[in-house]
Amino acid sequence: MSLLSLKQMKTDIGQYHVLHDVTLELPEGGVFVLLGRNGAGKTTTLRSIMGLWQPSPGSVTFRGQDIAGMHTSDIARLGIAYVPENMGIFGGLTVEENLVLATKAGKFDQTRLNRIYELFPAMEKFWTKQAWSLSGGQKQMLAVSRAIIEPRDLILIDEPTKGLAPSIIHAMGEAFREISVDTTILLVEQNFNFAKSLGRDMAVIDDGRVVHAGTMTDFIANQELQDSLLGLSA
Amino acid sequence: MTNISDLVTRAGGVFLLPVAVAIVAFFLIGVPSSWLTLTIAGLAMGMMIFLMASGLSLVFGLMDVLNFGHSAFVSFGAFVAASVLAWLSGWLGSPSVILNSLALILAIAAAVVFGLGAGWFFERVIVKPVYHDHLRQILITMGALIVAEQMILAIWGGAPVSVPRPHFLEGSIIIGDASVEIYRIFAFCLGAAVYVALHVLLNRTRIGLLIRAGVENREMVEALGFRIDRLFIGVFMLGSGLAAMGGAMWAGYETLITPALGAEMMIIVFIVVIIGGLGSIQGTLLGAIMVGLFANYVGFLAPKMALASNMILMMVILLWRPSGLAPAVK
Repeated sequence: MSLLSLKQMKTDIGQYHVLHDVTLELPEGGVFVLLGRNGAGKTTTLRSIMGLWQPSPGSVTFRGQDIAGMHTSDIARLGIAYVPENMGIFGGLTVEENLVLATKAGKFDQTRLNRIYELFPAMEKFWTKQAWSLSGGQKQMLAVSRAIIEPRDLILIDEPTKGLAPSIIHAMGEAFREISVDTTILLVEQNFNFAKSLGRDMAVIDDGRVVHAGTMTDFIANQELQDSLLGLSA
Repeated sequence: MTNISDLVTRAGGVFLLPVAVAIVAFFLIGVPSSWLTLTIAGLAMGMMIFLMASGLSLVFGLMDVLNFGHSAFVSFGAFVAASVLAWLSGWLGSPSVILNSLALILAIAAAVVFGLGAGWFFERVIVKPVYHDHLRQILITMGALIVAEQMILAIWGGAPVSVPRPHFLEGSIIIGDASVEIYRIFAFCLGAAVYVALHVLLNRTRIGLLIRAGVENREMVEALGFRIDRLFIGVFMLGSGLAAMGGAMWAGYETLITPALGAEMMIIVFIVVIIGGLGSIQGTLLGAIMVGLFANYVGFLAPKMALASNMILMMVILLWRPSGLAPAVK
C-alpha cells in the first residue's frame, strides 16, 4: 500500500481551476521528487495535501485514510509535516520557541534534538536568537528542523534550495538524504541538478496534471523527455 | 551616527519615545508641578486606553479581523460597572477601605464577566460568518456597534449617567507643588498589572507562544497541528473582557458617561493599535502611553490642537514607521 495516494485530485482556487488531474502513488521511504515549470501546480499540490486548499473529495488518502476535506491541523497530527516555499518560520520567536511549538507536549526529545544539532549546527549556535535575524539558509534549516523535531511519516518540502548559496544547498541535500532514511519526503523542486541527486521516484506536473511518473534513474537517462517536460537545454 | 543608533537601540529603542516626549514637554511646559500632574494624567489615561486596545490588537493580528464593534465592549463595561457601583453606593461611601475595595472589585469583575460573555456571543454570531472578508467585517461590526449603542440607550436611557468613585480613591495626593489624583495612580497601577500579566501569558506559556506564532503566520500554526480558530475564541473573549475592564476604569475616570462613549473611544483605540503595530502587546502599550501623554501635553500647551493631537501623532509615526512602532511581525 502506498503511503500517500492522490487520485485525480482537482483543486480550485476561487474561480480558477488550478489542478485538473493529479494522480500519484507515493511509496514509503526515500525522496519522491515532484518537478515542473513555474505555475505548473506543484505548490498547489502540496497545499492541497495539507488541506490548506481544498482538493476534490476522496482524492487524497494517507495510509489508506481519506484526508481530503480534513482540517489542516488534523492532517498534521496524522504525521505529515509541511515546509512551505517561504519557510513559514515565526520571525518574532526564537529558534528554540520555533522548535518547541512543533513538539506535541512542549518538550524536546533530546535524541532528536541532538540529531538536529548534527545536521544543522547553526540551530544550536543561534538557539536563543529571534528567527528573523537568521540568514536565508539558517531560516531554511530551522524550517526543516521544525519538520523533524517530532517523528513524522511524511514531510512535504517546497523548493528548499530557492535563493540559497551552493554550500547551503549541498548541506541541505545531505540532510535530506539522512532524514529520508526513516521519513518519506515529497520534495517539490525546480533545481533539477539538486533533485536528481536525491530522488528515487519522481513525477512531472504540468498545467495542473501529472504528465510523467517513474523512477529518477529512467528520467535522468532520457534527455529527450527532460527537454520536453522541463524545457532543459542539452 | 551608527554608535548613537546602536546605543539608542540597546537602551530601549522606540520604547524610549515616551521618555523623550516627556523631557521635551518638561521644557515646553516650564512648571515642574504642572508637568508632573500632566505626566501622571497621561500615563493613567494611556494605561486605560491600553486595557481597551490590547484585545483589539491581538484579534487584528491573530485573525486579521477588523472589529469596529470592539468599543461596544468598552461601553458595556462602563455602564455595567456604573450600575454595580450605583447599586453598591452604600459601600462606596463607607469609610471602610475593605467595603470600598469590594465594591470596586465587584464592579470591575461584573464588567469583565459581561465582556467575556458578550465577546463569546459576538465572535460566534457576528464575526465568525465573515472571516476572510474585510468589507463585510467592517459593515457588520460597525452595525453591531450601532446596535450596542441603541441597547445601552434602551437599558440606561439617553441621559448622562454619573459614576460614583469609591471613597478611598477620591481626592489627590500632593507631591511638591503638584496635585495628583489618587484614581489616576490606581488606574496606572491596574493597567501596569494587566500588562505584566499579559506579558507573562504571552511569553511564558504555551498558549502565549501559540498566540504570538498565530499573529505572525496562522496558516503555519495550523500546519503544525493546532486549531487556531479555537484559540481565537479565547483571545477574542480575553480582548473583550479587557476592553470592558478598560471601560469600567474609564467610567470612574470620567465620572459621567453617555451611550456615545463606545463610538468616541473607537477612534482612539484604533489609533493606538495602528501606531503601536498590529498584534503586539508591547506596541499597544507604547502607543497607548504615547496617545495619553500627547493628549495631555497638547491639551495644556495648545488647547485648540487637542482634538487633532492624536491624528497628528498617528500621521507622524506612520510616516516614520509605516508598520507602527513595535509590530509583532518584523
